[in-house]
Amino acid sequence: MIEREEFRSIAHNGIWKQNTSLIQILGLCPLLAVTTNMVNGVMLSLATIIVMALANVAVASLRNFIPHEIRIPVFILIVAALVTVVDLLFNANLHELYLVLGIFIPLIVTNCIVLARVEAFAAKNPPLQSTLDGIFMGVGMLWTLAVLGGLRELIGAGTLFSGIDLVFPSLQPLQLLPADYPGLLLAILPPGAFILLGCMIAWKNWIEARATTRQEKVAVKALATGN
Amino acid sequence: MTKHKPPTAVGMAVRTAVILFVFVIVFTGLLAGAYLWTKPALEASAAEEKMKLIDEVLPRTAYDNELLKDTVALPASPLLGSEEETVAYRARKGGQPVALVLEAVAPDGYAGKIRLIMAVNFDGSIAGVRVTQHKETPGLGDYIEPRKDKNKERPWITQFNGYGYASTTDKEWKVKKDGGHFDSVAGATVTPRAVIKAVRKATKYVAENQTQLYAAK
Repeated sequence: MIEREEFRSIAHNGIWKQNTSLIQILGLCPLLAVTTNMVNGVMLSLATIIVMALANVAVASLRNFIPHEIRIPVFILIVAALVTVVDLLFNANLHELYLVLGIFIPLIVTNCIVLARVEAFAAKNPPLQSTLDGIFMGVGMLWTLAVLGGLRELIGAGTLFSGIDLVFPSLQPLQLLPADYPGLLLAILPPGAFILLGCMIAWKNWIEARATTRQEKVAVKALATGN
Repeated sequence: MTKHKPPTAVGMAVRTAVILFVFVIVFTGLLAGAYLWTKPALEASAAEEKMKLIDEVLPRTAYDNELLKDTVALPASPLLGSEEETVAYRARKGGQPVALVLEAVAPDGYAGKIRLIMAVNFDGSIAGVRVTQHKETPGLGDYIEPRKDKNKERPWITQFNGYGYASTTDKEWKVKKDGGHFDSVAGATVTPRAVIKAVRKATKYVAENQTQLYAAK
């Protein structure tokens, strides 16, 4: 099974330390296209979580049969085949869910996050750890895209959760800013996504830098009092 | 204990190729299996989807024939924006022609083609238009889809209803910004222009060919 410490480290890596969007800066294309509102961002992330968990567990299980020299074509083959099968099965058996999530699944086939995690983690680790890695990398993406989508939506159109009625028909989107808010087109267009993503990366770096200086201060103090 | 000979370059290459081949076979088989297994379900839901779509442009109470079976093939036509044969459905009530449900394509959307389905009444007026496929900017040009349109009471795409080719002029059939009749949302006029143009051309096509279309077997 898995030790607590290892679980924590995988989770921390996925959600914060190696966050796919803020640190690895991977999968920007779907990120830019989809985060025009929060609901879309969350839906893409959910689809990515499913695909990444499956791709990682498949590659981790087969990793001892894959020669090192041809690993990349084999990984691509596995990922593309799995995604297509998931897509077909979703469409046939869970049609309602497919209508909501389905349009995002083809976006993921070409997503480099999946290949990156397969190559960097699943090819070297056992299936259980790899599944967890896939899930937590997806969770990291989920909160980032939710924040990014929420910000773009709020600044761009003054609403939040627009499109939620497509997922839960009983819920309505929130109009947070006054209804006559003219909207800021820039935030909805791809450049707005770059700008806001840049702000989020800066925010994360700022937090990290602050934590580091604090640690250094403590260390210096300890050194000083020690003397 | 046996001593392994160091592998030759050719041996390595063959081994790698065989392994890759096996992987390809296995995963292609997996794909083919999934495709065949899900095919009936997918086709059934596609037909159901089609009916649901047609319901949006033409109410079921308007006709009493089996719509999906009363079809006529439309050859590729620049007026419809189609590059290959499409299928039109003929709605009849008591044997009398009621409306024609056909597909049209706007080739000049902001991001590629916009596919439409529309119903044109026998008198030439439009019963309804819906967008079936598009890649317009989310949150900007996608208000041509009623479920993404913020104006829920009177979605943008419904403003064609009632207008016909004969009862309007080319000049009226434009966005207000261009001196015409139809609304558009500021900042995204390429999309509505494309849709409006495509609808106009399709109604022209129906007006020109109506008699043959209803008569054809």
